[in-house]
Amino acid sequence: MNALAKTVEKDAIYDLATGGLRGLNAALQALDEKNAEKLWTIRNPRGAHALAVGVTVPVRITIDGHAGYYCAGMNDGALITINGNTGTGVAENMMSGLVHVRGDASQSAGATAHGGLLLIEGNAAARCGISMKGANIVVKGDVGHMSAFMAQSGNLVVCGDAGEALGDSLYEARIFVKGTVKSLGADCEKKEMNAEDKEILAALLQQAGCCEAPEMFTRYGSARGLYHFHVDNAGAY
Amino acid sequence: MCGIAGLFLKTPSLEPELGRLMSVMLTMLTGRGPDSAGFAIYGKGKPGFRKFTLRARGGFKGLVLPAGLELAAQGDHAVVLVPEARAAELRAALAGQSDIRIAATGTRMELYKGVGLPEDVASRYGLAGMSGSHAIGHTRMATESAVTAEGAHPFSTGADQCLVHNGSLSNHNDVRRVLMRESIEFATQNDTEVAAGFLSCQMREGRRLDEALRDALQILDGFYTFVVGTETGFGVLRDPVACKPAVMAETDDYVAFGSEYRALADLPGIEQAHLFEPEPGRVYFWERAA
Repeated sequence: MNALAKTVEKDAIYDLATGGLRGLNAALQALDEKNAEKLWTIRNPRGAHALAVGVTVPVRITIDGHAGYYCAGMNDGALITINGNTGTGVAENMMSGLVHVRGDASQSAGATAHGGLLLIEGNAAARCGISMKGANIVVKGDVGHMSAFMAQSGNLVVCGDAGEALGDSLYEARIFVKGTVKSLGADCEKKEMNAEDKEILAALLQQAGCCEAPEMFTRYGSARGLYHFHVDNAGAY
Repeated sequence: MCGIAGLFLKTPSLEPELGRLMSVMLTMLTGRGPDSAGFAIYGKGKPGFRKFTLRARGGFKGLVLPAGLELAAQGDHAVVLVPEARAAELRAALAGQSDIRIAATGTRMELYKGVGLPEDVASRYGLAGMSGSHAIGHTRMATESAVTAEGAHPFSTGADQCLVHNGSLSNHNDVRRVLMRESIEFATQNDTEVAAGFLSCQMREGRRLDEALRDALQILDGFYTFVVGTETGFGVLRDPVACKPAVMAETDDYVAFGSEYRALADLPGIEQAHLFEPEPGRVYFWERAA
């Protein structure tokens, strides 16, 4: 634990150039509600994988640079900011909390996430929000192809454009896109934005610090044609 | 898995550092490909001369070269610099040597690959001490063919041309048969060699590297991220589904490719570089004056 240097009583700096990844995650996972007041800063991430995973207390964590795969995975309550880009699967399977990527996110951002908010300031690559199960994802830039593939519940907000096959095989997640959509996936369709949708979108935009009006977005959702097996749909399965 | 590293310098200032930087990049990608590794590097050529990179499992002791030609051996690899007019003479001398392969030819490119950890392969051939304008490397986790030096990347099927691949092609046997009828020679049953051969065939027909890569999108089926080098060019292509990871960095001095950002983290000026993930199905291509 020599990499852990206390600056002021409430803050901690962990330097990955001198301390190991396992030491970092073990320290973060050992926190309890009593010592969650600290602000943790992780220096020299240099694209390391699995940074700050499995944290279960509402601690504030800043990763000062680019992160690798599965950053902030399984997050349950922590407020994690990445001052850089992230690799595949940022905030995958998040349960609650906030993961804030200041740069771009690679593919499968927020995959299978159950709760919390994933906020991406830049672009997200392919398969953003794949199989999401209740989380909120706000991307200020564009998302790549197959985003929200098989997304079950939660909300994906895209302030830029969406790539091919958006919302393919979608269940009950809501998708809001401000820009263009290259193509919709199987069983995804444009929907009317009702009052509830608008309220949800307005709240998410406000939380994300976006100044866009909800009216600028188009809402997409499931046509519910593929929910149950029907032989006429065999070609689409 | 498999890892790819590529570094294409836009200005000469980093040329003496090229080998060292590539060596660090390859070592960082050990986790993605620990069974074998290789690299192609474009150093200084000599006008009127051609470089042959030779590979011999048993070394070069028994090899008698035509008079006046010298061999610079580095373990089981060696480079012979031969006047253009005498290249055929060297080929004829090597034809009788069943245990010596011509790994690559070109005016500037040298190509080294072998079994072992990337760090060991890089140090075995002295990569860190090499200089040049661009280099492409690969760390392999074999899926399609045996773990041998022959099966390691890069593959070269044309002068000063090399290709590395992360992924697997599903129609390589069909494409290989077509290319063999076009007199493209293959040394292995490896899928990646077919991709290299396809690009060589297209470029032989007068297509530029970027055009040949666009052709590849139509013909090659499977998962791939390719990084390709020619004497003056550097190209990148990902399959339309983007199955395999890729991150790139560009500054005024270089363009760099890594399967993961970790491979780029030690490059000079990386903090200010423009970082981006190459889009699926889009050809990226850089060229500098010869």
